[in-house]
Amino acid sequence: MSTTASTSSNNLTFTAIVKSFFESYSKTPQKLKIIDLFLIYTFVTGVIVFTYCCLVGTYPFNSFLSAFISTVGCFVLTTCLRIQINPINNFAKTISIERAFTDYLLCNLILHLVVFNFLG
Amino acid sequence: MKRSEKSNTSVVNNKQQDVNISTDGLTTKEENKEHQEFLLKVLILAVIYVLAFSTRLFSVLRYESVIHEFDPYFNYRSTIYLVQEGFYNFLNWFDERAWYPLGRIVGGTIYPGLMATASLVHWALNSLNITVNIRNVCVLLSPWFASNTAMVTYKFAKEIKDTQTGLVAAAMIAIVPGYISRSVAGSFDNEGIAIFALIFTYYCWIKSVNTGSLTWAAICSLAYFYMASAWGGYVFIINLIPLHAFFLLLTGRYSHRLYIAYSTMFVIGTILSMQITFISFQPVQSSEHLAAIGIFGLLQLYAGLAWVKSHLTNEAFKKLQRLTILFVLSCAAAVLVVGTLTGYISPFNGRFYSLLDPTYARDHIPIIASVSEHQPTTWASYFFDLHILVFLFPAGLYFCFQKLTDANIFLILYGVTSIYFSGVMVRLMLVLAPVACILAAVAVSATLTTYMKKLKAPSSDANNSKESGGVMVAVLTVLLILYAFHCTWVTSEAYSSPSIVLSAKQNDGSRVIFDDFREAYRWIGQNTADDARIMSWWDYGYQLSAMANRTVLVDNNTWNNSHIAQVGKAFASTEEEAYKQMKALDVDYALVIFGGLTGYSSDDINKFLWMVRIGGSCDPNIKEQDYLTNGQYRIDKGASPTMLNSLMYKLSYYRFSEVHTDYQKPTGFDRVRNVEIGNKNFDLTYLEEAFTSVHWLVRVYKVKDLDNRA
Repeated sequence: MSTTASTSSNNLTFTAIVKSFFESYSKTPQKLKIIDLFLIYTFVTGVIVFTYCCLVGTYPFNSFLSAFISTVGCFVLTTCLRIQINPINNFAKTISIERAFTDYLLCNLILHLVVFNFLG
Repeated sequence: MKRSEKSNTSVVNNKQQDVNISTDGLTTKEENKEHQEFLLKVLILAVIYVLAFSTRLFSVLRYESVIHEFDPYFNYRSTIYLVQEGFYNFLNWFDERAWYPLGRIVGGTIYPGLMATASLVHWALNSLNITVNIRNVCVLLSPWFASNTAMVTYKFAKEIKDTQTGLVAAAMIAIVPGYISRSVAGSFDNEGIAIFALIFTYYCWIKSVNTGSLTWAAICSLAYFYMASAWGGYVFIINLIPLHAFFLLLTGRYSHRLYIAYSTMFVIGTILSMQITFISFQPVQSSEHLAAIGIFGLLQLYAGLAWVKSHLTNEAFKKLQRLTILFVLSCAAAVLVVGTLTGYISPFNGRFYSLLDPTYARDHIPIIASVSEHQPTTWASYFFDLHILVFLFPAGLYFCFQKLTDANIFLILYGVTSIYFSGVMVRLMLVLAPVACILAAVAVSATLTTYMKKLKAPSSDANNSKESGGVMVAVLTVLLILYAFHCTWVTSEAYSSPSIVLSAKQNDGSRVIFDDFREAYRWIGQNTADDARIMSWWDYGYQLSAMANRTVLVDNNTWNNSHIAQVGKAFASTEEEAYKQMKALDVDYALVIFGGLTGYSSDDINKFLWMVRIGGSCDPNIKEQDYLTNGQYRIDKGASPTMLNSLMYKLSYYRFSEVHTDYQKPTGFDRVRNVEIGNKNFDLTYLEEAFTSVHWLVRVYKVKDLDNRA
């Protein structure tokens, strides 16, 4: 709050921010929380793939790309699904939850068919 | 004539449609009305479908079902290869009959979409027991795709505005000359199907932005894949869509729909486009795709921050925001610098530079500047190719600005960027034509709807407005009729000649056909050894390999500049010098195109300065100045000795001094340059004339063997 804060009070507000964030987050529906867990999983996988490539090298570049794009794609598509089934966003009028899931599966199918083709 | 009448009726039909819609609210039998409207819509679209196809058939009716020009011959040849050898062999095709002695990896250096489409159509028709041969499929593919483009344009414009606009846009694009120039029957080229793919991709994009549906985004990326497989112009899509997303973000129009559409389209589209061998890793390495990646990151960041914001108070969020933005910006800058320094991100290539800076190619790369379709566009050709669309274009922009929506912003961006690109390069007029049609349709339908309402309003209100309504409708009708006439005239006069068969009008009005090219290629195919190597300027490489089936040194795929420079150097040298070079390149025959007898102006003598320039770009001994007299390009007595003794000059004018081309004129009078040639009665020592076609258009010379005695 205070603009003339020293470093210690800055830290305090940061933890306060985090705390208030988790407090607010705990109110989200169970379904979305599961999706968030999956999002974290894909994100971590992507980071691992990327660090591995940084350490070992990109040599079969297509394999690296397909692995990395697979994680990025999964992350993005799941985020889209999360947006669509989140009741706050009012997507239910145009896109029902069932429809959102089928769309999600279709996109994943396309993505991973291409990924398999590209793995080489 | 018949065709223009038809297009007029379709325009009139549109008018009726407008009348129906504007009176919609007044009638009581709405159900009935809807049926009527639906029927009318289907009827109009059907007429447009037929019209778009049939207006492109002039060349088939006048000449015959024949492939046009240069590049289409390569596409035709590779389609035959694809049909005969199968898809995998096609992808692995190494063509040893082109670019002798280097050869060319065809499978990895082309966009296979066109050939794949043609062979698919061929296969489908033949499996239905409709036996069409490959040539006819290839000839009629572009017109058919033009019809499909009209339908997609209808959907696109409908998605942007309404049904009326869609119908007008479809009617306009069916006959717009800027698009017809690339899609007449026989011009079997990438652009023919690429415009369909382009509009379809944009339609899916707008649809997915409007609905926020994952399926539409997936279809959009598939359409993008088709476009990427068909034409190098896919780069335009992958830059325009990010630009659109960026503008929406800037103007505060970010929505979850945009996030869904862009993220899905980008990720799936990118990995799909990497499946094309020719593109391979470019989407993650070249600078042309960098904008798309940047916008993708930006959108993720924005969406992530928005999500965090929803869980925080304002003050707490502000603090967090500044930190994140600073961190991300410095990361992006670091990646960019490191990538450029280590060479991971390749710099922009020449063709792209010439897009941004029109003078770049002319100054740096003669091979790009020498192609006529890479020249800047003149004002006249705007009017010639777009006619009234030139004036309606800004009007359409105005109507778009009046009511800004996500889709309208896209249309504005598409219009503005494409008008810039079309000014840089003539051939990009093709990209402008569809958006000009849509914007013009927006203007026409908005105006007509307004004034039709005035016409239909009860007369008691105000007589003046009714009159103005009548005048406006009449003016627009006249304009549209003029447009239809102009389009038909341009198509018939300018864009329907195959350029492989020439025709000219004689003084008495009768037509002469010059079929010299096919005659000569046939002669080569029949009378030379199967492995004979033929040297010609690169323009004729594709035709030679497709029609004569002989090995060529260079062709229209200008991938190796120094190889072309060697051929240019040989043509620019003296006969003796050239003989050494030709022997070094294993040349058996040399082929030149000569128009001096018939007055065919795009012959090799007129292209000769480009050969000198391109030859000189690799060998500094060849200087353009040596071939000019006082800065002028001459072939008469005043020409420079280097010019008069060059191989090209000798091969073109060999024995020409024995011919009288015109009465009252001396022998050896060149009808293209309108001068008497300067070097007469010379003999060839190292070559001998093998074949000259009826009208002397094509001249073939055999390179003699080395002397038996040393």
